[in-house]
Amino acid sequence: MKTVNRPLSPHLQIYKPQLTSVLSITHRGTGIFLSFGILLMTLWLISLALGEESYNTFHEHVISWYGKLLLISFIFSLFYHLANGIRHLFWDIGLGLDISTTYRSGYAMIFISIMLTLLTLILGNVISI
Amino acid sequence: MAEFILPKNSKIKSGKIFSKANGAARKKKFHIYRWEPDSGENPRVDVYEVNLDNFGPMILDAIIYIKNEIDSTLTFRRSCREGICGSCSMNIGGTNTLACTKSISSFDGDIAIYPLPHMPVVKDLVPDLSNFYKQYASIKPWIQTETPAPEDSERIQSKDDREKLDGLYECILCACCSTSCPSYWWNSKRYLGPAILLQAYRWIVDSRDKSTDKRLDKLEDSFSLYRCHTIMNCTNACPKGLNPAKAIAEIKKLLVSRIT
Repeated sequence: MKTVNRPLSPHLQIYKPQLTSVLSITHRGTGIFLSFGILLMTLWLISLALGEESYNTFHEHVISWYGKLLLISFIFSLFYHLANGIRHLFWDIGLGLDISTTYRSGYAMIFISIMLTLLTLILGNVISI
Repeated sequence: MAEFILPKNSKIKSGKIFSKANGAARKKKFHIYRWEPDSGENPRVDVYEVNLDNFGPMILDAIIYIKNEIDSTLTFRRSCREGICGSCSMNIGGTNTLACTKSISSFDGDIAIYPLPHMPVVKDLVPDLSNFYKQYASIKPWIQTETPAPEDSERIQSKDDREKLDGLYECILCACCSTSCPSYWWNSKRYLGPAILLQAYRWIVDSRDKSTDKRLDKLEDSFSLYRCHTIMNCTNACPKGLNPAKAIAEIKKLLVSRIT
């Protein structure tokens, strides 16, 4: 029998996004994003070390709309990664692994990370209530 | 390395349209993945519009009707038609499940049917499960003992020990869970996947089996078990309501408690 060049069945293209997999890939995404945040923080320290002029330039970018957007994304990513990380710790000891608990803890985790982000923005006077 | 897009020979083209509903009151369109090994062509998606009053309530009834009445070249696996053989596992409406236990009425609108994801296709909805079965064999899915069986009885087990097998022995190896797992998609050569790991755990917790340590040794490398990142698509997909993610977590716990 001749070997046929078998196609690969579609996967990402057709699999319906599941809350389980979407939260999981977002956890990884926020983790990668946060590691870029470390670079940004290093840049901030470098600009500080280089003197007033470079620091002011850096600061202008930080307080611009895109700078703020980036920082807010970092804050959300941090809380998301933290809250989902705690969820992972529960799973690691074998708790909360049934589907209904997973869905409830997933929604709770999103809610908590949004709330903590808002709280940080309020405490930092970025937004006022 | 993970490949997120389909290879050139796997890209899906649009196919034929069969309209056989003829003004029926209850009609439905099924979009079904087709691949003909002899044609040399790429896979395509054929559309079958059918009258729902012509066959039973399940997805399997629909594809059997299509094969019998509209297009006899449509190929798929099926046997028991009651969710115990695991043959008719496929991707229906975006998630993996058994065609025989999934009702047509659980979907609004058109229904798309594909083979189990990220598998080599033999024909149409039939995936090549050779690697999956090879991985199953690798965990030695049989009882391993040190002493001969008692002459006048079976190897007995306490009720509590027997209960540990509940939620594990029911697995029918349909591969819905493994092929729903992104980690298995990217690493199916070396990562065993949820179905096989659930089976591995089934033998690890069996009080009659005496190879527990050897079985755990086999899983203790960076790929076989630890490519599980608790995504949980497996448990979400299982048509038997089992929990492979929980079984995997229990194996991880056993490995950790063995070290300390």
